[in-house]
Amino acid sequence: MLFLIIKRILLGFITLFIVSIITFVGTEVLPGDACTTYLERQAFGEQLEACYRRLGLNVPAYERYVSWALNAIQGDFGYSLSGEMPIKDVLGPRIKNSLVLASAAIFIGIPIALILGIITALWRDKLPDVAISTVTIFAMTIPEFISATLLILIIAIWLEWLPGIVIVPTDVSFLELLPNIILPVVAIAMIMTAHMARMVRSSVIQVMASEYVQMAILKGVPYWKMVFKHVLPNALLPAINVVALTIAWLLGGVVVTEVVFNYPGLGRLVIESISNRDLPTVQALAIILASIYVSINLLADLLTLMLNPRLKTLQIRK
Amino acid sequence: MTDIIQKVKNLSIGFRSKKGDEILILKNISTNIKKGETVGIVGESGSGKSTLALAMMGYVKHGLYTIGGECQFNSLNLLKMKSKDLEKIRGRKIAMIPQNAGQALTPNLKIGYQIDEALQLHSDLDEKEREKKISELLNKVRLPSPETIALRYPHELSGGQQQRVAVAMALAGTPDLLLLDEPTTGLDVTTQAHVLELLNFIAKDTGTSMVYVSHDLGAIAQVSDRIIVMYSGEIVLEGPSRDILKRPIHPYTHGLLKSIPKLSLAGLPESMPGSQPQPGTIQSGCSFFDRCNFSDDNCKNNSPQLEFLKDLNTSVRCFNYEKLVNESQASQTINKIKNKSQDKEILNLSEVSISYAKQKLLDQIFNRISDDNPTVKDININIKKGETIALVGESGSGKSTILKSIAGLLRTKDGLIRFDENRNLSSDLKERDPNDLRIIQLIFQNPDESLNPNHTVEEIIAQPLKLYFGLKGEELKKNIIDLLQKVRLGEFYTSRYPRQLSGGEKQRVAVARAFAAKPDIILCDEVTSALDVSVQAAVLNLLQQLKEDFGTTYIFVSHDLAVVRAISDRVAVLYQGRLCEVGPSNDVYKFPSHPYTEVLLGAVLEPDPDIKPKLVAEDIVEERPPEKGCSFQGRCSRIIGDICKKEIPPWQLTDSGNAIRCHIPIKELQKEQF
Repeated sequence: MLFLIIKRILLGFITLFIVSIITFVGTEVLPGDACTTYLERQAFGEQLEACYRRLGLNVPAYERYVSWALNAIQGDFGYSLSGEMPIKDVLGPRIKNSLVLASAAIFIGIPIALILGIITALWRDKLPDVAISTVTIFAMTIPEFISATLLILIIAIWLEWLPGIVIVPTDVSFLELLPNIILPVVAIAMIMTAHMARMVRSSVIQVMASEYVQMAILKGVPYWKMVFKHVLPNALLPAINVVALTIAWLLGGVVVTEVVFNYPGLGRLVIESISNRDLPTVQALAIILASIYVSINLLADLLTLMLNPRLKTLQIRK
Repeated sequence: MTDIIQKVKNLSIGFRSKKGDEILILKNISTNIKKGETVGIVGESGSGKSTLALAMMGYVKHGLYTIGGECQFNSLNLLKMKSKDLEKIRGRKIAMIPQNAGQALTPNLKIGYQIDEALQLHSDLDEKEREKKISELLNKVRLPSPETIALRYPHELSGGQQQRVAVAMALAGTPDLLLLDEPTTGLDVTTQAHVLELLNFIAKDTGTSMVYVSHDLGAIAQVSDRIIVMYSGEIVLEGPSRDILKRPIHPYTHGLLKSIPKLSLAGLPESMPGSQPQPGTIQSGCSFFDRCNFSDDNCKNNSPQLEFLKDLNTSVRCFNYEKLVNESQASQTINKIKNKSQDKEILNLSEVSISYAKQKLLDQIFNRISDDNPTVKDININIKKGETIALVGESGSGKSTILKSIAGLLRTKDGLIRFDENRNLSSDLKERDPNDLRIIQLIFQNPDESLNPNHTVEEIIAQPLKLYFGLKGEELKKNIIDLLQKVRLGEFYTSRYPRQLSGGEKQRVAVARAFAAKPDIILCDEVTSALDVSVQAAVLNLLQQLKEDFGTTYIFVSHDLAVVRAISDRVAVLYQGRLCEVGPSNDVYKFPSHPYTEVLLGAVLEPDPDIKPKLVAEDIVEERPPEKGCSFQGRCSRIIGDICKKEIPPWQLTDSGNAIRCHIPIKELQKEQF
């Protein structure tokens, strides 16, 4: 078991290492570099040389990779080009803001998804299922930039209940941020919740049709006891990985939503730094997003491993 | 003894088709289950037997509904009861033992908890008493060390153990009626015999009534006092079990009994034509009309009613049962196999070992396999052209593994597989040329999985023809139709998809596909075990006919000794991947035998109440073959001492040319086994 966990963690690091190389090589082979972008028309002769020296671009690529990687491990991603400030200072508040947004969506979304999924499965083909399933299918199919725009139109413009876009400084306090994040959270949570609810539904239905549930009924186990003891533990186990994937997918949704709401998070930073050709920041963002992705999946794997008696004993036996 | 415990009255259960028609799964069923009796319900898949058993617990599967009639338990109609009230009857008054205990036990709950749950629901015992009771129950079903078993999860037990746990769980509520839905079908022969023996013991010990549902007349014969035969949703025959088995007066039962291969008779049994009609397809007349040898015009137009014959104490649904009353069942016609095998050797396995062990990195780099105790070891068999050799053994005996190696799906660790004396086939598929692949074809156990559901029958059979012979257009079409006719399927099957065929028809398509390659050897992996009994005989007869026409060699893998007896010329008995006995099938089925063969033969269930299985050894499951000595040492009842544990036994020849690998001298074996 311990060996397996260590193996998974090691694999996670290898993934990150490969991602770092790919992003580094990717930014390297793109035409132009940080200096030509920064200096624009003055990018020649003496000035360009000076810039290369200042940014350390005059040494071979692999040396730059090693020094960059070593610094990155310590959290130092170098300097952003546009603002000329350390990337970690740029990232810090952005990460915080995005985390607030994503975790709010997750903490609201997962319980709702579970409840809706279970209700639809237990009342399969009956009114609650038909009603909820129709709504979830709609919520799933509308992309977040449309639902976000509609939310702004209805809640912010017509009803004027909440601000439509977020105009706050990046390092604002949580309480001031709160009214601003409600709409983005709803926009993100909607599609994610719908996805998860569908997954939970099909998983519960599958378990409800299994022979062991039929057996529990024939054993005389009361309905709700059967649901909580025999159905849910077995149905929610496979859902953990789906939830993890949905959360990872949420990272992409966050990018779009943040742009629509002008929210000062990581997502908007991604778009900004790509359009500004701020390559060091793009690199840093790629690594950070990849680590989030890897760690969420790792967490889900470990959780499944811990909760599934079958996997657990199998590993011990080996 | 005459008290009626469960009364089924005019019960009809069905579903609504997409067109809105009512389709009946059970048609007007009436029967009574008496206190203390064991009733066997026998029928093929789709006959409605399981639906009937579930209805006796007031349970109707999702998608089905009760159309009419009732199931009375203590004069309560279970089918009209609220689920709250049913909860008090299920598990306490009527309990179910499921077909597949492996899937019927909740995977995330410990064994002890699942039994405890039944006790909590259906008894007033406190925690201490329940704990004691769990041990008692596990003891009663003869599970070793109940305390540790209670702490295990279902997947940590073997199939036989899981089934025993299910029995213990059903007994926890001390029910008056036990429903058993194919409780031994998924188990090995020896385990099956043990579980049946346990059920018989429990029936006697507790006086519980039992309803035993099975497709297997052999198992039914061992347990039941009375038998109900179902066909296409109707009861066609009902009566005392001895009468039904010895003198079946319904044509279906008559044919069914004739089509079962028996251990005592070599050769192929007579086959029954056709297969059971799909629900909803019979409009008028007797549902067995198409397949019946005794039918006339009356049967075609009018449906016979279940008629009680007082002097025979039997109910029968047939107009012409009188024709059968005087015909005794013993007149089983057997098609003797003509042994046409030549002396020419076609396939030779020498010192073959196969390993499933996960290979270390170093071994992978050097492309070698290292395993001191491989799954299959030291297999030496010569197979002659045109013979049928059978590999038999329980699950885990390595019989399918050997087949995979011959087919090239698995490479051998050591040893040689040679075809036609000079072609080396020890390598796996990647290194075989197309002709090597063509000469060996496989037919799988389950045609549902081996036929691509998105291909028509034509496309399925065309594939080998195109691949090996490059046939096109008219010629291809002609060949396909030829092959279809060879397997007794008409031309109109070409455009059908596998899902539109019955189980037997699908397996025929699989047979046609194998023969399309014009192979020298066909590997048959449990080809009849997914089929219904009445269809099985037909497929066996077809295989035999094709073999006589083409001179093909069969390597036949099966766990069913009676089937093997029917079709094979030679038998090899395997235990834990090691050969125990090899010889002409007539001699393997006669004593003296290897102690393991003796165990297998003893466990075979015959559809005859007078032939009881003999349980010689414990049904322990061994995970790995022993490191040294005889492979069967762990279960052998005739073990003679340290020599069995230390030395690999020598091959001994009997007078008839049967080779037995045992330390006990042949003469002594013979003395003890008779």
